[in-house]
Amino acid sequence: MTREALPEEFYQLMEDLQAVDFVLIELNLYLDTHPEDLEALKQFNTFAQQSQALRRTFEERFGPLLGGGKSFSTFPWAWKEPPWPWQI
Amino acid sequence: MWVYEKKLQYPVRVSQCNPRLAKFLIEQYGGADGELAAALRYLNQRYTIPDKVIGLLTDIGTEEFAHLEMIATMVYKLTKDATPEQLKEAGLGAHYADHDKALFYHNAAGVPFTATYIQAKGDPIADLYEDIAAEEKARATYQWLIDMSDDPFLNESLAFLREREVVHSQRFREAVEILKEAREQKRFF
Amino acid sequence: MAFTNRKTYTPFIGRYDPCQPIRVKTYETPPHLYLGFQPPGLEQFSPKEALKRGTLWKALYSPYTSPYGDYR
Repeated sequence: MTREALPEEFYQLMEDLQAVDFVLIELNLYLDTHPEDLEALKQFNTFAQQSQALRRTFEERFGPLLGGGKSFSTFPWAWKEPPWPWQI
Repeated sequence: MWVYEKKLQYPVRVSQCNPRLAKFLIEQYGGADGELAAALRYLNQRYTIPDKVIGLLTDIGTEEFAHLEMIATMVYKLTKDATPEQLKEAGLGAHYADHDKALFYHNAAGVPFTATYIQAKGDPIADLYEDIAAEEKARATYQWLIDMSDDPFLNESLAFLREREVVHSQRFREAVEILKEAREQKRFF
Repeated sequence: MAFTNRKTYTPFIGRYDPCQPIRVKTYETPPHLYLGFQPPGLEQFSPKEALKRGTLWKALYSPYTSPYGDYR
């Protein structure tokens, strides 16, 4: 990634992912205290799939989101490149 | 272990360079009811609480680290290109003398973070009540910060964090009910 | 009585209180104080709206604005 200002698409894709992952965080906490709510569990799995698809789209365009081998890297090593979350 | 993701939980924005607000926000970075204290408190209690609620403590503790990163982002953005003169005017001269613009784990009054902010009694009910109280105190802190902030974008992030305290408090209250095993006896839903 | 997130009280005002008295004071009583163990199937916000508000659950949403605009 470059040191230039990021395109609008970066922010849109990031926010789409933040929204889907936020639903997952909420359902995760809910399921921690409601482990037998089947509807919530199905919704969790649906959103987990959506999240993976969105993450793939983002990463193809803007580089890896997850460290430690949870995301693939292009050449040269892309993980260490900005922007970091607090910089965008 | 933990996996780092290069993304904030919420899209933090601030509208202007405002080191004075950064000075207040540091309360939630290294203060008694701040996000660091919260993360360390819950993750530490996991080892001695019944299995039924370990998942909840793990997940809320992990989320608190995401909130710590949000607070750091706000402080970073509010002070990024401020001059020493602006920092002095904002009451951050003493901070600058010691740290330049580095963040430091202390509260809004400059008192360094201490492990004594975190209780661990080993009694599951005592610990969960402590957690509920911690969430309510953090909620109150966000209210006081919103009361003092005139930055509408910053207030959106602060309102988000305040709402998370409400949800966490709700889940901790449910954890208490689970440990009481009251719901099997009289069905409440 | 309608549900409110904010309650009020009127503190005693002394004759020699130096600051301009705030006649009606407030404190927050967010919705989780009343919900009990969350029942299944509660209404949700859309993902975008949930992120904006900080919760997925409509019943737990608790807006907050400074009360000082209302004072005096």
